Amino acid sequence: MIRVENLHKSFGKLKVLNGISCRVAPREVVVVIGPSGSGKSTFLRCINLLEQPTSGQIYIDGVSLLDPKTDINAIRAEVGMVFQRFNLFPHKTALENISLAPMKVRNLPRQEAEAVAYDLLKKVGLSDKANVYPDQLSGGQQQRVAIARALAMRPKVMLFDEPTSALDPEMVGEVLAVMKDLAREGMTMAVVTHEMGFAREVGDRVIFMDEGLMVEEGTPEEIFLEPKNSRLKAFLSKIL
Amino acid sequence: MEVVRQSFHILLAGAAATLEITVISVALGCILGLIVGLSRLSGIRLLRLAATAYVDFFRGTPLLVQIFIVYFGLPQLLRDGQAYLMANYNMPQILTQYALPVFLAAVIACSLNSAAYIAEIFRAGVQSIERGQMEAARSLGMTASQAMRYVILPQAVKRVIPPLGNEFIAMLKDTSLLSVIGFEELTRKGQLVVGQTYVAFPVWLTVAFLYLIMTFCFSRLVDYAERRLKTGD
Ligand SMILES: Nc1ncnc2c1ncn2[C@@H]1O[C@H](COP(=O)(O)OP(=O)(O)OP(=O)(O)O)[C@@H](O)[C@H]1O
Ligand SMILES: [Mg+2]
Repeated sequence: MIRVENLHKSFGKLKVLNGISCRVAPREVVVVIGPSGSGKSTFLRCINLLEQPTSGQIYIDGVSLLDPKTDINAIRAEVGMVFQRFNLFPHKTALENISLAPMKVRNLPRQEAEAVAYDLLKKVGLSDKANVYPDQLSGGQQQRVAIARALAMRPKVMLFDEPTSALDPEMVGEVLAVMKDLAREGMTMAVVTHEMGFAREVGDRVIFMDEGLMVEEGTPEEIFLEPKNSRLKAFLSKIL
Repeated sequence: MEVVRQSFHILLAGAAATLEITVISVALGCILGLIVGLSRLSGIRLLRLAATAYVDFFRGTPLLVQIFIVYFGLPQLLRDGQAYLMANYNMPQILTQYALPVFLAAVIACSLNSAAYIAEIFRAGVQSIERGQMEAARSLGMTASQAMRYVILPQAVKRVIPPLGNEFIAMLKDTSLLSVIGFEELTRKGQLVVGQTYVAFPVWLTVAFLYLIMTFCFSRLVDYAERRLKTGD
């Protein structure tokens, strides 16, 4: 589903990604962990070209992202992204946040787009918040709307960049619950998170990144219970 | 006071003309300013450079000089340009009269000037919107212009209204410069009345008062809009 080959990314002189290769299979949930500044966000953002890679190859469903002939907007429509800070559109209601892109990008008639939006609001448990603006929602509710917004495009893949780390602790659970549902339904997901419970429960594979490299990867059990790399061990001892 | 009473309707007509030229100029300035402002943020280098040059020129030179360029300079340019084309390229004569009507010159000069200031207002407004908004829109597959239209601009417009109101007030006062080319707005009317009656102080005071009423009402309106928008944010 996602294939990344020898991905490099620099910001000026700063080398952030130093040759990352990995695959995410359909229906697979891959969890990415690593210290702050190791390039996790940059890696995810490269996958839908919010950052332009310096070199390497990325394929989504066999289509090369870096081929100049590829329609990037069409690819992005297939790849949902959930941000740490939600990034809901503050001038639109929850419903409008969700229905906007299907209407403008997929040319869905308003009625259909709103029907889809209502369904998704129900799915994330916010049916009663359809006509509420983001500033009247709690962080957890905002993030659930943001997930619904991404799902409204019927993406093949969902990318999550620390979706719960801007939330108060009591709201983390409700967002993780939505993500677990998604995983069970077979969504292909790449998730940057330090929620080890989530990684163990639904993660098929965990990747440990450090200094722009994938240092170690394996099943959640292998990574959390029998880490080999010394930096991974040090990292785990800090967060567990 | 008698003079003021008798000529008040003349001054009032001038105030109406001032308001009219300001509204037209700022409205046209908004359209052109939006184009220039977005060009300043464009990924196309040439567009960015052209827009920057435009803003630099109109903000870096006095409005009075711009008015002279349009009112006195443009007709000569048209005449000489046409003569050149007729002489060298066998173009038929299209224009027989070159002088610009003073109203048209006023609109051109003030709109072009206003657009430069408004372009900067729009640019700052767009740049004040968090980067995450554009990223969220793009990550959903929207094109840059869709994201601009449906996500960024609606948010920027709110933030832009107070500075736009200030630009309107500034332009309202600056249109007094149009008196120099004989456009009969409020200041010019004042000159005419004083010239006829030789009564200066009360007439100019009345002129000032009329400006004050207009700017005062408008700045209250801006304050009100600002408060409304804040609560709706
Ligand atoms: N747009 C940018 N311009 C310059 N440097 C950047 C940019 N984005 C990220 N960086 C730098 O790249 C490095 C990796 O950043 P990145 O956000 O990918 O790390 P991260 O692993 O997601 O960290 P965190 O856990 O703190 O989110 C950091 O040193 C960061 O300062
Ligand atoms: Mg990050």
